[in-house]
Amino acid sequence: MTKLFVGTELAKVIELNHPDSIADHSDAAAIIHPGQIHEVLAFLKQAEDLDFQVLSALTAVDYIEYFEVIYHLLSMRRNTRCVIKARLPGREELTIPSVTDLWRGAELQEREIWDLMGIKFEDHPNMKRILLWEGFPGHPLRKDFIR
Amino acid sequence: MAIKTEPITINMGPQHPSTHGVFRLRVTFDGEVVVDVEPVFGYLHRGTEKLAEERTYVQIVTLTDRLDYTASMSNNLAYVRSVEKLGGIEVPERAQYLRVICAELQRIASHFVSIGFMLQELGAFGTPLMYCFRERERILDLFEMLCGARITLSYMRPGGLIQDAPEDFWPALGILMESMPEYIDDLEGLVTSNEIVLARTRDVGIISPELAVNGSVTGPMLRASGVQWDLRKANPYEVYDRLEFDVPIGYQGDTYDRYLVRVQEMRESVRIIEQCIKQIPGGAIQSEAPFFVRPPVGDVYDAIEAPKGELGFYLVSDGGISPYRCKIRAPSFINLTVLRDMLVGWKLADLVVIFGSTDVVLGEVDR
Amino acid sequence: MSFDQLYDLLDRFVPESIDWMVFTVTALILSLAVINAMVLCTALYTWFERRMLGRFQSRIGPNRWGPFGLLQPIADVIKLLVKEDVIPVVADRAVFTLAPVVLLVPALMVFIVIPFGEQSFLGKLNVGVLFILGVTGVNTLAIIMGGWASRNKYALFGAMRGAAMLISYEVPMALSLIGVIILAGSISLVDIVSSQGIFYILVQPLAFLVFMAAASAEMSRAPFDMIESESELGAGYHTEYSGIKYAIFQLAEFMAPLVTAAVATVVFLGGTKGIDPIPGQVWFLLKAFSVVFVLLWVRATWPRLRVDQIMGFAWKGLFPLSVINFFVVAVELFVLQEPDGTITNQSMMIMTGINWVVMVVSIVLIATVLGQGKLQHKLPPQPSSLANMAASEGD
Repeated sequence: MTKLFVGTELAKVIELNHPDSIADHSDAAAIIHPGQIHEVLAFLKQAEDLDFQVLSALTAVDYIEYFEVIYHLLSMRRNTRCVIKARLPGREELTIPSVTDLWRGAELQEREIWDLMGIKFEDHPNMKRILLWEGFPGHPLRKDFIR
Repeated sequence: MAIKTEPITINMGPQHPSTHGVFRLRVTFDGEVVVDVEPVFGYLHRGTEKLAEERTYVQIVTLTDRLDYTASMSNNLAYVRSVEKLGGIEVPERAQYLRVICAELQRIASHFVSIGFMLQELGAFGTPLMYCFRERERILDLFEMLCGARITLSYMRPGGLIQDAPEDFWPALGILMESMPEYIDDLEGLVTSNEIVLARTRDVGIISPELAVNGSVTGPMLRASGVQWDLRKANPYEVYDRLEFDVPIGYQGDTYDRYLVRVQEMRESVRIIEQCIKQIPGGAIQSEAPFFVRPPVGDVYDAIEAPKGELGFYLVSDGGISPYRCKIRAPSFINLTVLRDMLVGWKLADLVVIFGSTDVVLGEVDR
Repeated sequence: MSFDQLYDLLDRFVPESIDWMVFTVTALILSLAVINAMVLCTALYTWFERRMLGRFQSRIGPNRWGPFGLLQPIADVIKLLVKEDVIPVVADRAVFTLAPVVLLVPALMVFIVIPFGEQSFLGKLNVGVLFILGVTGVNTLAIIMGGWASRNKYALFGAMRGAAMLISYEVPMALSLIGVIILAGSISLVDIVSSQGIFYILVQPLAFLVFMAAASAEMSRAPFDMIESESELGAGYHTEYSGIKYAIFQLAEFMAPLVTAAVATVVFLGGTKGIDPIPGQVWFLLKAFSVVFVLLWVRATWPRLRVDQIMGFAWKGLFPLSVINFFVVAVELFVLQEPDGTITNQSMMIMTGINWVVMVVSIVLIATVLGQGKLQHKLPPQPSSLANMAASEGD
């Protein structure tokens, strides 16, 4: 069976290597400050004993007060998964560092999040809308989007 | 005298015979050679994720049918599993076995479609496609017995299935499973060692295992690159831990390997179904789950091995009767990440074949 | 009715001084008859092809109109004729309109010289084979015209591919016919038929194979159908055509297998020769029919080759094979022919024996050089170290 890392344990490991990067943690996930998300994810990918070589899924949720970007990481060598989240407060001009340099698999998913949620990923090679056309008003997966 | 040449840009699609629906590739050619590819998505975008936020958990099952419309059962399965995990719903054992049978039948049907269209794109004038569709038709007949529908099935519900299989389903399934290996042999006889197929597909459109893993590629495409990763074995869901099967892999991740892996997976699926027929117990097929599922507040991600790859649903519940957020991790969509790496440097004729071998379904890509 | 009979008939009504006109009118009438017969044949052939493809693909094929769907071609033609005939605004109108005609006329002209019976007058044309090669060569021009004038990128792709491919395949096709010509000692089609004591398909199997391969490339059929490769280019050079022009393209395209079958029948299968009670025309049809069937079979089964592979096959595969064939035949002829230049049936037998051996050896040779070989992998593939599904099962 795939082992799911408990968020609290994961937070401890991250805290050791990247102090002050943890914003919050629960059993399900570790929540990282958006500014440090790239370093933390790079660490998770490169650390010998974690080895998260695959970005399984990348998504975002609109919680009205804040947006949550969720990284589902997978280690095929160790058969483990973990969930990393980052919270972006506010509703306008949201940015978070792109992880396309770590995982190519993030390319299309980050574009999709920008398209549907309106979160910009910095340093993404091709930050354009993907499912909708350029010039579409608004970002439809936001809770305040009105048709 | 040097002749002045310049690259030519072609819009392949959205109306093109080889784009598997409505997909558009903006391709730049140097003569016949592809120098750049830019996929353009979204022609089939129906906002499934947004629609799901306004429907009850049971209603969303019908939405999932329309994602990968060649593999509705797998979509149903992935979705209801996520709901069950979120709501802590138990599933009776008989339903679990039936789900596995359906998912594997659907895998065979989906791989038939994939192989058939890849060969069509190779230029075989319909014959292999018809061979594939002939057998797929019989699987769809079985589905019709189960739930009355052939394509958009909606057979599964959180907590089980809508109804038990009818009496005459089992003999029909037995007959099909007996003849299926022969059919696959037929198809392989026509294709596998065909000189032209070999010339066209071997060493073409290679994805290295490193690129596949880095690009989040999953499913037969990943396994064709030699990475033995199958969620059915790595994280056995339903009753896969009680079943014996192998995970076929390819040598180097070229188009031919992707074809071969699919053929071998069909054989494994037949094996799985035969074991299921022997092992399936009696009993209920639906647990006492309420019609309006109200899962506790929280979020869950659960994935299964769909025919195209890792199909996952990320559900966020706010305690209501519909999900707060329903994210679909669509394998065909994410597999397209490596499209450019596969296509650049090959010829126009290879382009359509490589694209066919990735087995994308646009319903799932655009959602 | 033969040419001479018709000529005599017309001659009675016309003064001596304009005999040439009688000749012309007679030739025109007969040609018209042949052309109309061929167009009808092609219509029937479309039905046949679709029905057979249906059988190959385990489906039924057109069966709605008329007995066995025999009237389907009429329905098709009516449908195509009433469609709007669109000419793109940016197209070169003159060339665009001319292209289908340029494609159709050569296909029809070939039939005129085919000897459908022993009395065939135009079949006696003393440059028959050359005429066929020359006339079919015009195809290339038509395809480039169609592709270029439509100003469509797909059409252009198809046309450029066509130009490269058709010209390449003309070389092995002509060379494969040379073997027959030196054996028959004539390039008149009637003479070629009459010289076939043993059918040339037996005497020169290699030439026949090369000819069939090159011919299916010439008419752009599977596995060489890259000019209009549907899955890649939509429809290739005739992407922009519709209505009657498209119908003419289709007519020419469906006529091509008949042309090939007729030429192959005359050159390699002994034309109208057969066993006596059955008339020669029936034999001719039977032979042509079997050639068409083989072409169809290939089309229904094989995928398409890639551009570079098709060109490679022409120059590395068919070209050497045809040269080998015509060299071997020439040497054999030099050794075996009688002092007066004829060949007895016995020496023909000897040649047959040698040629079959040559064919097998040379094809095996070329196939090992060009072919894909068998699947080399003996060991099962090694799983990459990037994944380990069994991991963490212990904890």
